[in-house]
Amino acid sequence: MCSYIVEKAKMTGTAKGPDSAWRRIDTANVYYDHPYEAHLDHALCVDFICEADGGRDRVAIEISRESALELIEKIQAALAAGDAAHATAAACSVAASQTEIASLF
Amino acid sequence: MSYYQGLIAETIEFTGHNGDKGEAYYARPSRAGKFPGVVLIMHMPGWDEWIIETTRKLAHHGFATIAPHLYFREGSGPPDDVGARVRAAGGVADDQVVGDAKGAAAYLRAQPNANGKVAVMGFCSGGRHAYLIACKAPEFDALVDCWGGNVVVDDPKLLNAKRPVAPIEFTANIKCPIIGLFGNDDENPNRDHVNRTEAELKRLGKNYEFHRYDGAGHAFFNYSRGPAYRAEQAADGWKKVFAFLNKNLSA
Repeated sequence: MCSYIVEKAKMTGTAKGPDSAWRRIDTANVYYDHPYEAHLDHALCVDFICEADGGRDRVAIEISRESALELIEKIQAALAAGDAAHATAAACSVAASQTEIASLF
Repeated sequence: MSYYQGLIAETIEFTGHNGDKGEAYYARPSRAGKFPGVVLIMHMPGWDEWIIETTRKLAHHGFATIAPHLYFREGSGPPDDVGARVRAAGGVADDQVVGDAKGAAAYLRAQPNANGKVAVMGFCSGGRHAYLIACKAPEFDALVDCWGGNVVVDDPKLLNAKRPVAPIEFTANIKCPIIGLFGNDDENPNRDHVNRTEAELKRLGKNYEFHRYDGAGHAFFNYSRGPAYRAEQAADGWKKVFAFLNKNLSA
């Protein structure tokens, strides 16, 4: 469709591509349009950049619509599983600490 | 045309909008003679290999062709990365593109091989640009619009400071003959957009020919994009484009 539509997501983190160094990123430019390289009619494209560093270098992906939807699902699943695991770990940590503290008296 | 004619292709500097100096790819027949010109407008993703190859294809068929890098102001780098930066900035402004196209046409006409006639041709967003350029720059002698999207704009949110007016609003200003190629499965321009553009051209008494292809969507000439390419429709489309250019650009 050759649109100019871009959704911008602010973020905190790092990214790297093959043969490149880790770099900090603060923005993801997200669009659904004709890809540059992928053999797809349309692709969900994400350019991870750091606007604070000038925004010239990017780590980019072009994936199919189905891949994008699966990725969204897996990100949510990973976050949910991670949150649950971390909550359990935190609870264990607190319990252990209480035992250790009690043994001191 | 004689087959297997030689050509010369190189990156050159041209003067674009506001006198800015930029790079363009310029390919022309190497034999002696006067040749019609084509300003080839790239598509949104960038000044990519397919645009460069298409520049040479036109030269192979006898047209001195220049493809200005419309994103040259963004600096050097791989065309896809430069294109991504331009997209993130909201694209290029219509007036700037028109100015760059006028500069590219002036470059062609200044060459000793020029026959004085110059067409503007574009694909996808470049098709829209080509349509707009024909509206705004009367020095062009022919317009080739290959599936230009957003010539017709229904959603006012798509209009902004860089693209303030839908090109169809300027149609009355077109002075040159027009050929339009469209895939019937395209989403932008869809069949309704194409029909409305044609209706406006007809209403205004313009010299145009539209060709619509079944079994084809957007970018069906582009063999570098496998899912979009349609060999049969592309072959027929190129024949129609060359017939149109030969008819309208002879000195």
